[in-house]
Amino acid sequence: MAPATVESAVDYGAVAEAVHAVNPWVAVAYLVSGVLFILALRGLSSPSTSRQGNRFGMIGMLIAVVTTLVTHEIASLPEILVAVAIGGGIGFVIARRIAMTAMPQLVAAFHSLVGLAAVLVAMAAFFNPGAFDILGADGNIFAVSRIEMALGAAIGAITFSGSVIAFAKLNGNMSGSPIMLPARHVINLGTLAAIIVLTGLFAASDAAGPGENSMFWIIVILAFVIGFLLIIPIGGADMPVVVSMLNSYSGWAAAAMGFTLHNTAMIITGALVGASGAILSYIMCRAMNRSFISVIAGGFGADSGGGGGGAAQTDRPWKRGSAEDAAFMMSQAEQVIIIPGYGMAVAQAQHVLREMTDLLKEKGVTVKFAIHPVAGRMPGHMNVLLAEANVPYDEVFELEDINGEFSQTDVAFVIGANDVVNPAARTDKSSPIYGMPVFDVDKAKTIFFIKRSMGGVGYAGVDNDVFYMDQTMMLLSDAKKMVEEINKSLAD
Amino acid sequence: MDFISILSIFVLACFVGYYVVWSVTPALHTPLMAVTNAISSVIIVGALIAAAAAGVPAAKWLGLIGVVLASVNIFGGFAVTERMLAMYKKKERPAKEGGKS
Repeated sequence: MAPATVESAVDYGAVAEAVHAVNPWVAVAYLVSGVLFILALRGLSSPSTSRQGNRFGMIGMLIAVVTTLVTHEIASLPEILVAVAIGGGIGFVIARRIAMTAMPQLVAAFHSLVGLAAVLVAMAAFFNPGAFDILGADGNIFAVSRIEMALGAAIGAITFSGSVIAFAKLNGNMSGSPIMLPARHVINLGTLAAIIVLTGLFAASDAAGPGENSMFWIIVILAFVIGFLLIIPIGGADMPVVVSMLNSYSGWAAAAMGFTLHNTAMIITGALVGASGAILSYIMCRAMNRSFISVIAGGFGADSGGGGGGAAQTDRPWKRGSAEDAAFMMSQAEQVIIIPGYGMAVAQAQHVLREMTDLLKEKGVTVKFAIHPVAGRMPGHMNVLLAEANVPYDEVFELEDINGEFSQTDVAFVIGANDVVNPAARTDKSSPIYGMPVFDVDKAKTIFFIKRSMGGVGYAGVDNDVFYMDQTMMLLSDAKKMVEEINKSLAD
Repeated sequence: MDFISILSIFVLACFVGYYVVWSVTPALHTPLMAVTNAISSVIIVGALIAAAAAGVPAAKWLGLIGVVLASVNIFGGFAVTERMLAMYKKKERPAKEGGKS
């Protein structure tokens, strides 16, 4: 690499000169930190290597920060240290205290901070382009840098406002049901088009006049608005996709700013994070058999008018079970498969559930957990909760790995899940969830289904035939209370 | 670095990201999101440059706020990832029933 080519700083003025500690090792240091970030993600391929990966990530971040600090002339070190201490302190305390069930909200909140930080950096670059080496000899910001800045600011702003809405929906500050504006597709597409056109105009205009300046601000404002508009029509059940998508955006925002700064660490990281969020969104969509476009278009989980099942069939006969029934049947079983869902998280039932599996194991029963990719409110949500409750991860199985076992399973124990065990997804072509991969719990000899009441339906708003099957016993209660009662009878 | 070199790094990093992320076990998807959150806060580099430069107060203060926000994310993201990863344990305590994958 030849850093000298861009670093001919003389023309840029006094401010710019401060930044030119020309040293090829700087580029190498940022590259090393980028590689460490790759290793951080690589470590997550298995729980046994994951913690080492996380350390790599920390070292990478340390290298990036220290490199930046030592290679720039710093006019305000005390302020910077205070800023890091304040932010770091807040982050650390939150990370220690947050309940594992609140992880989706936390991740959404963190995304919003990355987005806002990207906007602030872009704005700072706009005010002080000299410090970022993006000032041309004619005193204007380079055209390509203007595109990168505008894109970084726009993606950051979308990430910010979108994540704020996602946070409010996940945290219950805002109803999870979709809010549908009339003509929202027209508004959204129009706003997006306006952002793109303005970015082009912003890049093409070469005078640093007031007109050009206002273009940048209009782009930022429009991007804040569109982030908000994009997320409000998306219902609670689609939040795993939204959270993943915002994850991806926060990466692209970092990458765009990395282009502005010519910083390898930021570009590599941005690409990694962008790819990660995109892949997670894809996995979530596939697990719901929905296209990404239909999720983004929103509206799912309103009162989906279409669909065969409908919620009107609750007068069908069903059987009510008791905690004693469940305890007896499970202690006689050879194998029990537990299917947890978001309801388990809401009821905080993961710890009592683990106690139940311990009691069953003492009786020689094989207990396995089966987790659907979209169970919970973010990818992997259930796995974290079970890990928190000390369930060993090698007793927790993914959909494809365990679905063949239900026909040899004595008891399927559904706790807080619904749509992911609905056989209509296999059989009923008119159902809104048709084609979604589901657990074949209906093949198990006995099914226990913990549910608050018979009235409610899943998030997709469809009735579930499993409720009415001969081998199904409904356990109508709060999930945690029911499992506690089962534990009592098991212990007797 | 010229634009094309940067673009090359970016495109190759996208491919690296694609393959690395597919190899992440689904059980760790939540820690994956937390850690990607932490590392995407490498944007703190930009905030530090803005905060460090003398001359334009508006840019400096925007940079400092950016440093605060990114620091929340860096410390919070890595710490919460560490906390989650520490909870993933293999089955070890009851050694009595072995042999089921």
